[in-house]
Amino acid sequence: MRRKQTTIRWIVIAVIMAFFLIPLLSMLYFSLRFPLSGKWTGQAWSNVIHIGSIAAADPADYGQLWTGLKNSAVLVVLTVVIMVVLLVPTMTWVRLRVKWLSRTVEFICLLPLTIPAIVLVVGLGPVYRIVSNVLSTNTIWLCFVYVVLVLPFAYRALDAGLAAIDLTTLSEAARSLGARWFRIMWQIVLPNIRSAVVSACFISVALVLGEFTIAQLLARDNLQTGIFLVSQSDGQLAVTMSLAALILAFVLLMVLSLFSGDGRRTKGASA
Amino acid sequence: MTTTIDTLAPVSAPRPARRGHGWRSARSAIGTIPFFGYVAVFLIIPTAIVVIGAFRAPGGAFSWVNILALGDSTVIDAFVASVVLSAVTAAIGAVFGGLLAYVLVTGRPGSISRRIVTAVCSVLAQFGGVMLAFAFIATLGSAGMISNLLRDWLGVETTGAYLYTVPGLILVYTYFQIPLMVIVFLPAVDGIRAQWREATETLGGSTWVYWRRVAGPLLAPAFLGSLLLLFANAFSAYATAAALVTQSTPIVPLKISGAITNEVNVGHADLAKSLALGMVIIVAIVMWLYALLQKRTAKWLG
Repeated sequence: MRRKQTTIRWIVIAVIMAFFLIPLLSMLYFSLRFPLSGKWTGQAWSNVIHIGSIAAADPADYGQLWTGLKNSAVLVVLTVVIMVVLLVPTMTWVRLRVKWLSRTVEFICLLPLTIPAIVLVVGLGPVYRIVSNVLSTNTIWLCFVYVVLVLPFAYRALDAGLAAIDLTTLSEAARSLGARWFRIMWQIVLPNIRSAVVSACFISVALVLGEFTIAQLLARDNLQTGIFLVSQSDGQLAVTMSLAALILAFVLLMVLSLFSGDGRRTKGASA
Repeated sequence: MTTTIDTLAPVSAPRPARRGHGWRSARSAIGTIPFFGYVAVFLIIPTAIVVIGAFRAPGGAFSWVNILALGDSTVIDAFVASVVLSAVTAAIGAVFGGLLAYVLVTGRPGSISRRIVTAVCSVLAQFGGVMLAFAFIATLGSAGMISNLLRDWLGVETTGAYLYTVPGLILVYTYFQIPLMVIVFLPAVDGIRAQWREATETLGGSTWVYWRRVAGPLLAPAFLGSLLLLFANAFSAYATAAALVTQSTPIVPLKISGAITNEVNVGHADLAKSLALGMVIIVAIVMWLYALLQKRTAKWLG
């Protein structure tokens, strides 16, 4: 009976993992094989690495992918910075001083889960027309709405981090020693919720790197719209680029899941 | 969503606090103005534009024109296709993901296989969009790995054309639905105690009785809740479908993007708003039910 159960368990795991693995292996296969002749080649991977010089040589086909890649890199940084600067002080402040607003803040932070990106983009048109007038039509200003997209995930991560520390005592101790709010944020709160901030950042990075809907419908160029465009002329490069981006996200989120797993263990051990 | 906006809007201004909180607390609320201002501009206003726009004629006056346009047969077909796609993928994801979660929990606790599978699932649940579409084109498209293997080994020619239809989308969506189910359902399965099974056996209950009377009723709210979350997840997805299905627009998100980008006919932009409103209403109902079930789950398995 016991043995039979173990066998069934492994069959279930193996079948589902095979379903997960086959498309990934297929991407690797597709990226290494010349579609027409069937010859094996690493050309597509070398192209991904040298995308900058290829885009310079053939801007009509590859220019937008290179621009999109650069834009996405900037977007990742801007989104993460705005997210941390906006959320950490607000959530700390709400916990310390305006507890009666905490339900409202939570509700708003989780609201984007019920408003799909495709819906948000319909209403964003007018807002981004103003952004374009005030700032510019540059893709990097998408960071503002990307912060909204990552809000639910970042909120959950940071909320767990803040709940795990004794915020009131820490801030009162710091204030009685003469620290100002900025210093409390920077030197007391942030270092204490570091792993929560790191989780929030990782998930934001993964989301921003994968975002397509808003960029496409507001006619901006990010990594995903670049990959989508290049797929129409060079399918192999598109698949290779996707796999490269995916591996990056994989590594980031693997590190994150191991990271948070460790956090839970140490917490359990100290309790 | 109208009520949401009505209740949220006043909060962005530092209003006098409710009775008993006093002036000091209200003044403290000033510290949250940057946050509320930010979400007002980039979340609340866009949502309000959608909701209000759905009830306005091209001139700006109140009208039911856009809402009535939802009764058009192609729009109804799109909603039906979207609901079917989401429901089927949610069901498949829930069954297989639930099975995988159960198998993981009953294995040795803290085993390496469990850690690997959970880590893989947490990554794949986020894996959507254009890249997922390409993954399946590389697998089942005309030059895909599986298509090539079928041709070389079995002599079966496949073009992978079905990938670009709604049944194809079901297969592709399953790829992120199963891992998402594992992630959201795992904590509930973790809450099941081995002692409950032992107690059932001591009292003479069979495995069937255990599932029928003990584990089943306990896990049901969590399972249904996860199912709803999966439904909302598939219902909101756009990028994968956009990268795969380019010829026609069979599901609602594609219909919205079609209406936005169709600049020839000005009225179409307003149709996008009523379609978007329809989507929000469906997702909001689903998420509300999810929250209800979540509360019930927390009571028993928290």
